[in-house]
Amino acid sequence: MLRIEDLHVEIGGREVLHDINLHISEGETHVLMGPNGSGKTTLIRTIMGFGDYHVTGGAILYRGRDITNLPIHERARYGIGLMFQRPPTIAGLKLGKMLVATSGNRPEEVAEYAAAMNMAEFLDRDINAGFSGGEIKRSEVLQLMIQQPDFVMLDEPESGVDLENISLIGSAIAKLLEKDRHIVSRHKSGLIITHTGYILDYIETDGGHMMCDGEIRCHGNAREMLQLIKAKGYRECIECKKI
Amino acid sequence: MQKNIEELESLSAEDKKRLAVTGLEVDSFNRCGSFFQIDQEIVYSSCEYEGIEILTLEGALAKYAWMEQYYWKLVEKDRDEYTRYVAQQAHPKGYVVIAKKGSKNVLPLQTCLFLAHESIQHVHNIIIAEEGAELHLISGCASSASTQHGAHYGVTEFYVGKNAQISTTMIHTWGREIEVYPRSAARVEENGTFLSNYVAMSPVKNVQMYPVAELVGEGAVARFNSVVVAMPGSCLDLGSRAILSAKDTSAELISRAITRGGTMIARAHILGEVEDTKGHIECKGLILEDGIIHAVPEIEGWVTGTELSHEAAVGKIAREEIEYLMSRGLDEDEATATIIRGFLDVKIEGLPDMLQKQIDAAIDAAESGF
Repeated sequence: MLRIEDLHVEIGGREVLHDINLHISEGETHVLMGPNGSGKTTLIRTIMGFGDYHVTGGAILYRGRDITNLPIHERARYGIGLMFQRPPTIAGLKLGKMLVATSGNRPEEVAEYAAAMNMAEFLDRDINAGFSGGEIKRSEVLQLMIQQPDFVMLDEPESGVDLENISLIGSAIAKLLEKDRHIVSRHKSGLIITHTGYILDYIETDGGHMMCDGEIRCHGNAREMLQLIKAKGYRECIECKKI
Repeated sequence: MQKNIEELESLSAEDKKRLAVTGLEVDSFNRCGSFFQIDQEIVYSSCEYEGIEILTLEGALAKYAWMEQYYWKLVEKDRDEYTRYVAQQAHPKGYVVIAKKGSKNVLPLQTCLFLAHESIQHVHNIIIAEEGAELHLISGCASSASTQHGAHYGVTEFYVGKNAQISTTMIHTWGREIEVYPRSAARVEENGTFLSNYVAMSPVKNVQMYPVAELVGEGAVARFNSVVVAMPGSCLDLGSRAILSAKDTSAELISRAITRGGTMIARAHILGEVEDTKGHIECKGLILEDGIIHAVPEIEGWVTGTELSHEAAVGKIAREEIEYLMSRGLDEDEATATIIRGFLDVKIEGLPDMLQKQIDAAIDAAESGF
């Protein structure tokens, strides 16, 4: 579904991602790990197409189509979605109005999904204004439920979230990724950035990737890699270059 | 109630549309009464609601001797050349609305001032809400699409009695070469509430106004809200002032301004004269195309125990906000329009839903492309 080939990315004239290669098949969910500042968020924001990230080499292929130079909204319309770690506050714009604007021909789903995410009373509030950590994440998941992307990128979905909310958010994300379906009939794919791995209690994953200094250093089983990091920290990863 | 205002039938389709944007209901549906003045001719004045009387100004002065107590008492005749012009008229035009003690209009009273041919339209309006009355007004002011030049001078005096409320929602649709000089003032007595809302989304040459609310009775409240767009060639010098003269009075002055190349001066002034008073000013501006937004919020306290604050911000739409909405599938223009619409979305406390919807509709119908 997503194939990244020899990708190089600059921000402000400085190369921050070096020769990234990544392949995620249809129905698979992968995990991206790495220390702070290693380039994880940069990678998913580059996949989404944000303006500050300049691709200087390589390509991003989605469903076989080269999307490297497409504008953000076209990538979204092709089926790529992003759960932001720190989304902006938009003064005056009500969450409900934004959801209706992005719901296409399905505005009636807004109330239903909002209730499911305990966000009904937030529909009349400015987007993200004064939201707690858990409320921001619920709002992000709600937006993705409306958007229904085929490829879901999640930037630290559990950060700042209490245990009660993580259960709700984890279950909703699992549904977004069609984890309730048999693997043969599952079409949605995902890429999750996580430091703690708490979210993996709710979502089965298919592969893990370790990033350091703007490079993907190794691939493997996500749970094993996280256990190793928990036991020994990132020090060995920084020193090691397996691939 | 349905009552056609016959003179409207003679207007062009385009002019009817311009009036509809200002909130005018031609058949008076959803209105408790109407006043309609074309240039200097009062073509319709009627209110069928028992507790509310609408008269022409001349008619009111002839009918009620006590009207002199309200005539030119809040706005000074000699204030400027525009008030002097209105004061010099042998046959003053405009309307008087009297909401009798304890009355309440669920449906708003509509007033419409239409500039069709004359070079200067002048009006003098007096609005009185007696003790315990609740009066909602929607005032549409527009010029004909065929009127190239002209001016509107309007004096309005609002008297809000004890425990009474007046809400006035004014929607303007003037032309590119029209100059507009409203001169308004309100006096609010004990536990009275005065709400003043102003929407102007279309091009105009000049609008200059600085209405003032004097809160003279304990517990009186004033709220001014304005939502305006300064188009190229437009100069909007808009302000509002609240004078907190009695204990437990409060005021809120809120403006949202956008420039697409025109000039907008957003003035606001709250004066806390006595203790236990509160006031807040919020001026927010978006510069979409090179133009001027000049916010001048002033807070002035004379005693301990008055709490006054202001916030003012002028800027552009953050790229991050546009990209956020684009990541949900909106293209750049759709994302920008959605953010602008949100910026202009002011929910007005205490305003009936019908009038809030009218304001929303006026903003939605803006010619300026969002």
